[in-house]
Amino acid sequence: MMNSTSSNPQRQSFFLNMGPQHPSTHGVLRVLLEMDGEYVRNAEPVLGYGHRQQEKLGESLNWKGFMPYSARLDYVGALPCTHGFIGVIERMTGIEAPPRAEYIRVITSELNRIASHLLWLGAFLLDLGAFTPIMYTFDDREQILDILEDITGSRLTYCYFRVGGVSRDIDAGFVEKTRAFIDRLRGRFKLYDDLVSNNIIFIKRVQNIVRFTPDLAMRYGVTGPLLRSTGICYDIRKKEPYSAYPEFDFEIPVGETGDCLESYRVRLREMEQSLRIIEQALDRLPEGPALAKTPRQLKLPLGDASFSVETARGELTYYLVSDGSEVPYRLKIRTPSFSNLSPLPELCRNVLLSDLVMVLGTLDLVIPEIDR
Amino acid sequence: MNVIDTAIPLPPGLLRMVFTALVVIAFVFLNALILGYLERKLAGRFQLRPGPMEVGPHGILQLAADAVKLLGKQFIIPRAANSPLFRLAPLLAFVPVGASFIVIPLSRKLQVRDLDVGLIFIVAIMALNVVAALMAGWVSNNKYSLFGAVRSVAQSVAYEIPMLLSLVAVVLLTHSFNMQAIVLSQNHIWHAVQQPVAFLIYFVAGMAETHRAPFDLPEAESELTAGFHTEFSGIRFSFFFLAEYTNMFFVGSIAVVLFLGGWHGPPLPFMDYSAAVWFLLKVYILLLVMIWVRWTFPRVRFDQLLNFCWKYLTPIALVNLLVTAVVVKL
Repeated sequence: MMNSTSSNPQRQSFFLNMGPQHPSTHGVLRVLLEMDGEYVRNAEPVLGYGHRQQEKLGESLNWKGFMPYSARLDYVGALPCTHGFIGVIERMTGIEAPPRAEYIRVITSELNRIASHLLWLGAFLLDLGAFTPIMYTFDDREQILDILEDITGSRLTYCYFRVGGVSRDIDAGFVEKTRAFIDRLRGRFKLYDDLVSNNIIFIKRVQNIVRFTPDLAMRYGVTGPLLRSTGICYDIRKKEPYSAYPEFDFEIPVGETGDCLESYRVRLREMEQSLRIIEQALDRLPEGPALAKTPRQLKLPLGDASFSVETARGELTYYLVSDGSEVPYRLKIRTPSFSNLSPLPELCRNVLLSDLVMVLGTLDLVIPEIDR
Repeated sequence: MNVIDTAIPLPPGLLRMVFTALVVIAFVFLNALILGYLERKLAGRFQLRPGPMEVGPHGILQLAADAVKLLGKQFIIPRAANSPLFRLAPLLAFVPVGASFIVIPLSRKLQVRDLDVGLIFIVAIMALNVVAALMAGWVSNNKYSLFGAVRSVAQSVAYEIPMLLSLVAVVLLTHSFNMQAIVLSQNHIWHAVQQPVAFLIYFVAGMAETHRAPFDLPEAESELTAGFHTEFSGIRFSFFFLAEYTNMFFVGSIAVVLFLGGWHGPPLPFMDYSAAVWFLLKVYILLLVMIWVRWTFPRVRFDQLLNFCWKYLTPIALVNLLVTAVVVKL
C-alpha cells in the first residue's frame, strides 16, 4: 500500500495511524502516516469508513426517492448538493422553475455556503488549538440555521428544492431576518479580522507551510476555494452559470500564493460576496409562484445529462444516465472533497505532524461526501 | 500550627507532619475545584456561553460531580502497557507537587517550613513533573502518548533555563533563596517593577512549564488526542488533572513571592489573615491571566516553541541577568 520513502536508511521510520477515530480528521477519515520523529515522510489517506453506497442508492430508487439522499452527501452545505440533483433532473425533463424559485434557490444556497464556511472557520482554528473562535462562528451559523429552518423545516439536511421550484415560498419574515443577519455578519467580519486574521501565532502557523501550485491543483482536479487560492479563477457560478446566478453582480475572490493563509482569506472574502448576492436577490425578488406545475408521474427520458454546481467546497457534478424509467440507470456523483483530499500525499512530505493537521483543516473535508 | 505543637502532648513532629499532609491534600483538591470551576466558567464567558449551570447554583458543584464520576470509572490498563509503571506514573505526577507546598509563604507565619533554600527546593520539585509525563507517555505503549512525552521533555528542559535565569536575577537582588527573605525584601518596591523583563520571561516560561495553551503541545488534542495521558482513565486521569492545576498554583505562587511582593498588602479590615488573603488574591489573579491567554490564542508549533525559547527568551534572560549583576555590583 505504501512505498517506503525514507531517504536515509539509517533512520528508522514508523507508521502512525491517524484516524478513523481522531479529533482532527473531521469524521471517519484515516490517514496512514509514515513518520520520522515528528516529521511526516508520507501521508496516505485511507477511505471507505463512511461509505453508504449513495450512487447505488441513486440507481435503486426512483429519482424522487433519492432527493433526500442528495442532501446527505454534504451535510455541512446541503442545499447546493440538492440543487445539483434537482438541476440534473430538470435538465433531463426540460422542466423549468419560475424565476422566483430560482431566486429563492440562490438566496438559500448562498446562506448555506456562508454557514459552511463559518463552520470551517471555527473547526480550522480549533485544529490550530484556538478553542474559542468556533463558539463565535457557531453563534453566527446558528442564525442561518434558524432562518433556513423557518422555511425548509430542517436544520441540516434539507429537502427543500423540488423539480420545478421550491417546496415552500418565502415570506416577509424571512426577508426581514435575512437582512438583519447580513448586517450582523458584516459587523462580525471585523471581529474575526481583529481576533484571528492578524494574530501573529495564527499567521506563523499557516503562512508558507504548504503551497498549492496551479499545476498541482489542476493535476488532481482540486476545485473550490483551494483552487482559487492559487490564482486560478474557476467558479461554476461564473463558468457554467446555472439558476439565477448570471443576474447578479458579484466577484470571485482569487488568491495568489496558494498557501493556507491565502485560502483562509479567499473563504472569508467569499462570504462577503455571498452576502452581496443575497442582498441583490432580496432587492429584486420577482413575484409569482415558487413551484411550477409538474406532472405527478415523471419519467426520465432516455439519454444522459450532467449538472454541476459550486458548493462551498468546490465543483459538484451529477451525471445521470436514464433508460427511460423513473429509476436512473446510472448516477455518478463527482464530489469536490474527494479531489481536494487527493493531493495530500504530495503536499505533506516532510512537514511536521502539526502542519499535517493544519492542512487537513484547510482542505475543509466532509468525509461522507468523499466516501458517498 | 504552633498552637497545636504546644497544646497536645503527642510527638510534635509526627503531629505536625500528619496535620501538614492533611492540609496539603485538602488544599490540592480545593485548589483544583476552584481553578477547574473558574476555568470552565471563564471559558464559558469568553465563548458566549454560561459554562456549567446544572449541578448546584451556577454549577458550583459541577467539579465535585465530575470527581465522583471519575472515581466511579473503570481504570483501563492497555494490554501492551507496562502495568506497574503505568500504575505508578499518575502518582509520580501527583505526589511531588504536594511537597512544593511546604515552602509557600502564605503570610509571615503561615508557612510549613521556612527553608533557607526554599526557592531551589520548589523549583527542583516542580521539575520532577517532567519525569511523570515521560513515564506516563512511554509506558502507555501508544505512539501518540510517546509523542506527548517526548514533547513534554523537550519543552520542559528548554523552558526551565530562561525560567531559572529570570529567577536568579531576583536572587541577585535579595541575596537569598529563602522565600520569606525574598518577600521581606519587597517591603517598599515589588521586584516586578525592578525586574519587569525577568517577570515577563518567568511568566511565559511558567506557562510553558505547566503545559498551558498556547504551549500545551504535550497534550495538543487536535494533534495527539490527549498526549501523554491519552490512555489514562478514571481516578488516575484525575491525578494528572490535579497535578496540572496544583502546578499552576505553584507557578503563580513563585511569581507572587519573587515579583509581586508576596503577602505584602494593606491590612484589610475585619480580617485576621489579610496577608494570606492578599497572597492568594495575587496568585489567583495571575492564574486568571493564564486562563485568559489559554482561551484566546491558537497553539504554537513545536519547532516555533523551541525557537522562541532558545532564540529569544534565553538570550534575553541572560542579558537581563548580566545587567542585573553589574548593577548590583555597582
